[in-house]
Amino acid sequence: MTFFIVSSAIKVFAVFNLIMVGVALLTLIERRVCAWMQDRLGPNRVGPQGILQPAADGLKNFLKEETSPAMADKALFTLAPIVSFVPALLTFAVIPFAAPLPTRWGVVPMVVADLPVGFLYILAISSLGVYGIVLAGWSSNNKYALLGGLRASAQMISYEIALGMSTVAVLLLAGNVTLSHVIAQQQAAHAWFIVPLSVAFVIFFISAFAETNRLPFDLPEAEAELIAGYHTEYSAMKFSMFYIAEYSNMVTASALMATLFFGGWDIPFTTWDSTGDPSVLKTLATLVVFGFKTFVFLFTYIWVRWTLPRFRYDQLMALGWKVLLPLSLLYITLLAVAIWFIRTQLGWEYGPGMAWALGGLNLVLLIALVWWLDRGRIVSGSVQEEAA
Amino acid sequence: MSKRTVEMALATPGVDAEGRPTRVPLATQEPDLGGEHLLVNIGPQHPATHGVLRLVVELDGETVVRCIPHVGYLHSGFEKLGEYRHYNQIIPLTDRTDYLSPMANNVGFALAAEKLMGIDITPRCTVLRVIACEMSRIISHMVWLGTTSIDLGAFTPFLWAFQERERIYDLQEMWTGARLTTSVTRVGGLMADIPDRFVEKLREFTQTFPKTLGEIDRVLTRNAVWVGRTQNVGALTAAEATNYSLSGPMLRASGVGYDVRKDKPYLGYETYDFDVPVGEHGDVYDRYLVRLEECYQSNRILQQAVDRLPDGPINVDDPRVILPSKTRAMSDMEAMIFHFKQVMEGVKAPVGEAYIGIENPKGELGNYLVSDGTAKPVRWRIRPPSFINLSALPKMAEGHLLSDLIAINASVDIVMGEVDR
Repeated sequence: MTFFIVSSAIKVFAVFNLIMVGVALLTLIERRVCAWMQDRLGPNRVGPQGILQPAADGLKNFLKEETSPAMADKALFTLAPIVSFVPALLTFAVIPFAAPLPTRWGVVPMVVADLPVGFLYILAISSLGVYGIVLAGWSSNNKYALLGGLRASAQMISYEIALGMSTVAVLLLAGNVTLSHVIAQQQAAHAWFIVPLSVAFVIFFISAFAETNRLPFDLPEAEAELIAGYHTEYSAMKFSMFYIAEYSNMVTASALMATLFFGGWDIPFTTWDSTGDPSVLKTLATLVVFGFKTFVFLFTYIWVRWTLPRFRYDQLMALGWKVLLPLSLLYITLLAVAIWFIRTQLGWEYGPGMAWALGGLNLVLLIALVWWLDRGRIVSGSVQEEAA
Repeated sequence: MSKRTVEMALATPGVDAEGRPTRVPLATQEPDLGGEHLLVNIGPQHPATHGVLRLVVELDGETVVRCIPHVGYLHSGFEKLGEYRHYNQIIPLTDRTDYLSPMANNVGFALAAEKLMGIDITPRCTVLRVIACEMSRIISHMVWLGTTSIDLGAFTPFLWAFQERERIYDLQEMWTGARLTTSVTRVGGLMADIPDRFVEKLREFTQTFPKTLGEIDRVLTRNAVWVGRTQNVGALTAAEATNYSLSGPMLRASGVGYDVRKDKPYLGYETYDFDVPVGEHGDVYDRYLVRLEECYQSNRILQQAVDRLPDGPINVDDPRVILPSKTRAMSDMEAMIFHFKQVMEGVKAPVGEAYIGIENPKGELGNYLVSDGTAKPVRWRIRPPSFINLSALPKMAEGHLLSDLIAINASVDIVMGEVDR
């Protein structure tokens, strides 16, 4: 029991710091990557290659004056950043980030809390984040902030559904909502869920962008329209907390994509990491692999942000309710039938054969989906132009 | 919060005894804007109003019910100032009207003054002025493209566009010593001939510029989000555009092929080979396409102008209009007298009036001058394309969403310096 408490406390401390440092570095990476895309240098003055820039920014935010609008609701105005900040950090707790670590006193699973309700916990906690944004928008007593808060609540609630639906597919295959079990299933079958569930991944990917309020779905902020949306009136650390919340949501969403669809900390093309006795080397190696997978998605977040324009409010809602929701419902139905057919009629268990069979089905669906979404606007449009 | 005294409250209007600002009900200011609608004040300080435009917007949810533009925050009284200045002294004022295309404004004013005085400029000057105009068109459209893409959330094309703009600014700096306040023209000529290597640099620019345009084209033109945000937004029919007296890309996007360079040629534009792009839907997307294509066409004109640039003087050979060189003014009695008279009295224009419209990046820029025979105009009037194009904004925006209002406002391509003058 003592061992459990001590190891948990250490893990909580380590993960919290890891996320905070990760977020700080992520802000720097984002600025350097966008500078790279835009033919400029980005911050490179503070420390070697600008590595200390996040520290300077953090310090600046600590030293700045906290302002609050005269007519704001003081209590809620102060509460809002906290409500948005805390769930953003809490969600990471159930994500396994490495192979178990052997110690002198026993084996420590590399997850802060391997809850049996795993994924449901993530859905529950991450949906709390919207309260922070709505409260911020409402309590600021600012019309721009109010519009931003309204947009955020509508957007996050709408995409929460699509996000949840897309993960149902994962849970159908894994048969369990515990994330460590989801990873174990992918490892055992030598096939990550991206193969049999690529459509679910696409839906999850889009919804995750909307959930984290990142471009092209950054309507709650929408600089050109709403100045800064729900955090227009915030300054100093309060603003910083919204900022950290946004980035740690990104980290969590990326880690989740890696866990659900890309095998979590699984090292591909080898069974060394998941079989045999746990060792420190295995823990470190899988940690690096997990970090790399997460980073790839974080990079994609940045890449997309600096490439695409912003959606309009009605388009965003139409995409959520008219495209993603029916699509995910239809997909779950199809997939459930397919899984039932394979399991009961063919008698296969989840393994490479089933994965690739479902992968073929997904490929067909994906092509149909792209063709339907495009409807001759982009793909065949360019073909026509080239022919002309 | 520290409580203020009652005396303070009395002394500070808009603050109650507790020190909190009193809320004035909106209805007392705008009596007819009651009900459930939200009144939002966009500007004069707002990231998307391109300066100090103020839009009072009545929102029903997020739908714009009414949009009232308020202008005048940047009013500088240029036209009135011009009445107290010699013709050549007015040229620096023209830099500051549409400050995104200063060279074209300089040319527009100089042409009007020359028309008033009946001066024919030299062939080299004509071609150099064409270069000035087309360089202005490119930088103005680059700013437009960049800021519009920012307004719609795409940040990266903005920096690509501004890099190209920097290259033109470098050329302007080579030529005039100034990047923005160029004041490149004088009545009867130019303030300076182009320096060595200018032609070479310009040719290099015209060769590499289409590459950047191609990149911007690839990232935006068939981007589903961009298309969704701009198509069928703020559409004006050809009749509406004409009735609002729009000009430039705004008019042409609506399907009216009116371009001053083609229809009332000046500076020998009829001898250049270029196309005038015309849209068909009149929406934000068509305006974008028209402006993008105009950049290519301007580039073509620049290439032709550089190729045909003749040698010869840049100024007319008239000592009453053009200042003698410093050495001649210091060594030649007659030149010194002309120098003195021009500096003290200015260039006199005969009694009469003159109007000339040129195709500025934003539309038809008109300069109207009335002379009473002195060296200063009695009346100087600018026909500001941004101001007139802006007048169609409420018509275009009403009924659209707030996000569309931003896109539509961006598509008008306003410069408040010119709107307010």
